[in-house]
Amino acid sequence: MSAGSATATLTLAQHLPVLQVVVPLLAAPLCVLLGSRKLVWPLAFIASAITFLIATLLLMKVLDGSVISYHIGGWAPPLGIEYRIDAANAFVLFLVSGISTIVLLYAREYVAAIIPPASQLLFYACFLLCLTGLLGVAATGDAFNTFVFLEISSLSTYVLIAMGAGRDKRALTAAFDYLIMGTIGATFFVIGIGLLYMATGTLNMADLSDRISDMGDNRTVRAAFAFIVVGMGLKVAIYPLHLWLPNAYTHAPSVVTAFLAATATKVAIYVLMRFMFSVFQPGFVFETYTLEFVILPFAILAMFAASIVAVFQTNLKRMLAYSSIAQIGYMLLGISFITKTGLTAAIIHLFNHGITKGALFMAVGAYVLRTGNSFLDRLEGLGKAMPWTSAAFVIGGLSLIGVPGTAGFISKWVLITAAIEKGWWLVAVLIVASSLLAVIYIWKVIEVLYMREVPDGAHHQEVPGSMLVPIWILALSSIYFGFDTSLTMSAANTAADSLLSGF
Amino acid sequence: MLIDQFPPAFTFILAAIVLLAVPQGRARGALSLIVPIVAALQVWNYDTGIYNQVEFFGFTLELMRVDKLSTIFGLIFCLAAFLGNLFAWHVRDSVQQVAALLYAGAAIGAVFAGDLITLFIYWEGTAIASVFLIWARRTEGAYHTGLRYLLIQIGSGVILLAGVVLCYRETGSITFTKMTLGTLATWLIFIAFGIKCAFPLLHNWLQDSYPAATVTGTVILSAFTTKLAVYALARGFPGTELLIYIGAVMTVFPVFFAEIENDLRRVLAYSLNNQLGFMVVGVGIGTEMSLNGTASHAFAHILYKALLFMSVGAVLFRTGTSKASELGGLYRTMPLTTVFCLVGAASISAFPLFSGFVTKSLILDATASNHYTLVWIMLLFASAGVLSHSGIKIPFFTFFAHDSGMRPKEAPFHMLLAMGITAFLCIFIGVYPDPLYALLPYEVEFHPYTVGHVIGQLQLLLFALLAFGVLMRTGIHPPEIRAINLDSDWVYRRMLPKFIGSIAFAVTAFWALQTKFWMHRVDGVIARLYKSHGPEGRIAQVWPTGSMVLWIAILLGATLLVNFV
Repeated sequence: MSAGSATATLTLAQHLPVLQVVVPLLAAPLCVLLGSRKLVWPLAFIASAITFLIATLLLMKVLDGSVISYHIGGWAPPLGIEYRIDAANAFVLFLVSGISTIVLLYAREYVAAIIPPASQLLFYACFLLCLTGLLGVAATGDAFNTFVFLEISSLSTYVLIAMGAGRDKRALTAAFDYLIMGTIGATFFVIGIGLLYMATGTLNMADLSDRISDMGDNRTVRAAFAFIVVGMGLKVAIYPLHLWLPNAYTHAPSVVTAFLAATATKVAIYVLMRFMFSVFQPGFVFETYTLEFVILPFAILAMFAASIVAVFQTNLKRMLAYSSIAQIGYMLLGISFITKTGLTAAIIHLFNHGITKGALFMAVGAYVLRTGNSFLDRLEGLGKAMPWTSAAFVIGGLSLIGVPGTAGFISKWVLITAAIEKGWWLVAVLIVASSLLAVIYIWKVIEVLYMREVPDGAHHQEVPGSMLVPIWILALSSIYFGFDTSLTMSAANTAADSLLSGF
Repeated sequence: MLIDQFPPAFTFILAAIVLLAVPQGRARGALSLIVPIVAALQVWNYDTGIYNQVEFFGFTLELMRVDKLSTIFGLIFCLAAFLGNLFAWHVRDSVQQVAALLYAGAAIGAVFAGDLITLFIYWEGTAIASVFLIWARRTEGAYHTGLRYLLIQIGSGVILLAGVVLCYRETGSITFTKMTLGTLATWLIFIAFGIKCAFPLLHNWLQDSYPAATVTGTVILSAFTTKLAVYALARGFPGTELLIYIGAVMTVFPVFFAEIENDLRRVLAYSLNNQLGFMVVGVGIGTEMSLNGTASHAFAHILYKALLFMSVGAVLFRTGTSKASELGGLYRTMPLTTVFCLVGAASISAFPLFSGFVTKSLILDATASNHYTLVWIMLLFASAGVLSHSGIKIPFFTFFAHDSGMRPKEAPFHMLLAMGITAFLCIFIGVYPDPLYALLPYEVEFHPYTVGHVIGQLQLLLFALLAFGVLMRTGIHPPEIRAINLDSDWVYRRMLPKFIGSIAFAVTAFWALQTKFWMHRVDGVIARLYKSHGPEGRIAQVWPTGSMVLWIAILLGATLLVNFV
């Protein structure tokens, strides 16, 4: 078959990898051009739903371990840009587009109530751009393309966070802080890619991988690795580089927080894994050392320090933000094992924590909508006044702790198995011990919600059904994935395989 | 899953959900009575074998492992759930109703668990469900007690989980079967069981929490958790000699505390501990006869202990207090409750023709025939102690003794009915033990009503009764009685309470000191953590762009250093 006829026979199905990114990218300017506050939400929602559909189709295709390689504009790699879908990033795409669709469902009421009418169009546009960026980062097989999409998602994230300023002026400083830090991180990342380009002369990840393994390591490659890990580590919020996260999550509108917490850091972790295990090979001594002497200790530190900070927080949103930092510690811990089980644990926790935190932050958003802020003393007795939201919060909290029967248990179980497999008993004990800290801070919230009397004169209604449904979708799925692990486990297993096998 | 293979635990859990949809009132009460009956029929109809195998993460979970040992515990748990729910007919509190069903369901699920993971899940289930029976009292004290209880119970589960993981690591199997102490894994599992079984020094949660629960909650609590632990020990560690000594200590030490305790429900909690000791000894001996003794004693014990808790609960329900010093003379207006309480007291004291007699003799005989003389003597002493604090003290101070002046109404009908059924069962088992013996895990070749058994037991009981009578007389008329007779006994009786008192004081003081020491330490740690990690602390600082950049530099430096060195 000639090349010409091959191009001609490309069907819609074969364009899915790029459509995934193009649909929200095109929908974003449309949101603004459309100029109608009534139509903008359906547009954004449909765009997101389409990406979710595409992501699901892609995931089904690659779940058997196959790889889809898509050449943008027909330019073959390494010259052209390649989109490369395997189980690892298909799973991330599935999570990101799924969360974005559910969050958008929730956003309609929330945005109408919280965001000033003049900014609502921009909100949806930025949301879709952020989604585009995240999906692009996950889908692409080109290192520089990763950087481009990373910037798209970051820039729109800064705007989304700043939109919290309507209620809380500190959102502006939080967004500005994140802008400075995020830019530094992105710069480090691009410096790393530049160094790689210098050493190998290519930007395609598969090609990079081949060339690096051919030539072995040298100083440039090592420096590139360090820059990429630190740069991406900032986006991931590896423990000492997490300082942007609590403020950004606390002061952003809750709908944004729910979206970011469930997706943005997860995509960054995916990139970290992709570079660590596919582009660079874990066979390199310097990489093993970095994981063992830098990532591992900081991951464990995060599990404890961030959890303890969370225990003492008086603001629910900030508490959950710190808990996210601790949970990222678990994922990094899984990565630092450099085993298949460890990677599986990281990937499955990435997914399970995404849905759990999404549910929790959306529930917090419901409280914020009704009470005005998320300080714990304002939530007293809300368990009775807002029974559905509170019940969903409790389910999410249980999953966060890792109670058996919830998704959180599955990921911790796999993580502990990985630690034991490695023979690191102490680490396994530490995982369990730090989970107990989660019991404390979640319990604090449950106590406030259910065991305190409602303050006099406070009447709060339950939020409308259109907000409860998405909250409950995520709450129920965090139970569902605690029982039926066939999808998550097989996806995470295949993903770990494909990450470890390189290209 | 076939309908006849539906696990009884699921029946309870399902019913707990359905219950919420049923309106409060008779319908709901009826449902909570039907469920245990249905579950009991299910248990009865199961043949020995393994059912409901479920794949979970590459492990095969056995939700239903049915043999005679699990069946008898399953049946008595269903029976206890029925009686407890009947006793709680008047309760209109969804929390308690649901918690009671879930709690019973989890306990039954754990009994039939064929593997350690299922056991762990239900193990935690009992902890979580039961704490609501304490919280349902809705007082500040009950709340804190519940928290302490939950902490210990969950702790037991976590230790169990650690043991299970280690065990899987060592043996590659998660089957719940006989284990031998020796490895860290088995020790952890053993300790987890021990916490739930209220081993000495691990027992405080029991006396702390049971008296704090609601009137009906205590009845339900008293049946499940500790007997589940006894079952787990009988399944996992039969014949472990250490258990004999642990059990013997368990029978003896609560006697002292029970004697000096004023709250009658707490007295019962101590005597519960003491009765558990007998069962633990039976497990420790590990012969067929002693295991039969443990199973049957657990069966009888659940009934008479529930009966005692019910009668004291009925008094508490009517008078609002369960303090010995405030009660007395209630037999005038609560005659039926008095009779039922006496039946319970006679059963726990193992009077011939009552249930305790036909079951405890099995354990005592097994102890004697295996030549554990010292243990046997301890058990005898403990039996006398039981008579003194549960058999006499409870009914005496509640219903007789000095007249408190209270004239409460007789207990409500459903309570009387629940107590009546339980009392009937206590006597029935005592008179005609064969049906119970037929349920036991092994063939029974035992006749409780031999001259030796009856005379021996009666000697013990009557002598203890005499001693109590004399003591009471001396209590009322100290100078004359003391001068007249029983000088040696006088010394013994005067000395012993003092001696007991000082032991109890020393132990309590030591415990308080130790608690205070650790509390102080923990407070210090929390204060320091708050200083560093609290909202004002260094670790939680949030506006430092500069320090963030510094950290990036440090981390990059560290990574580069690691890479290049």
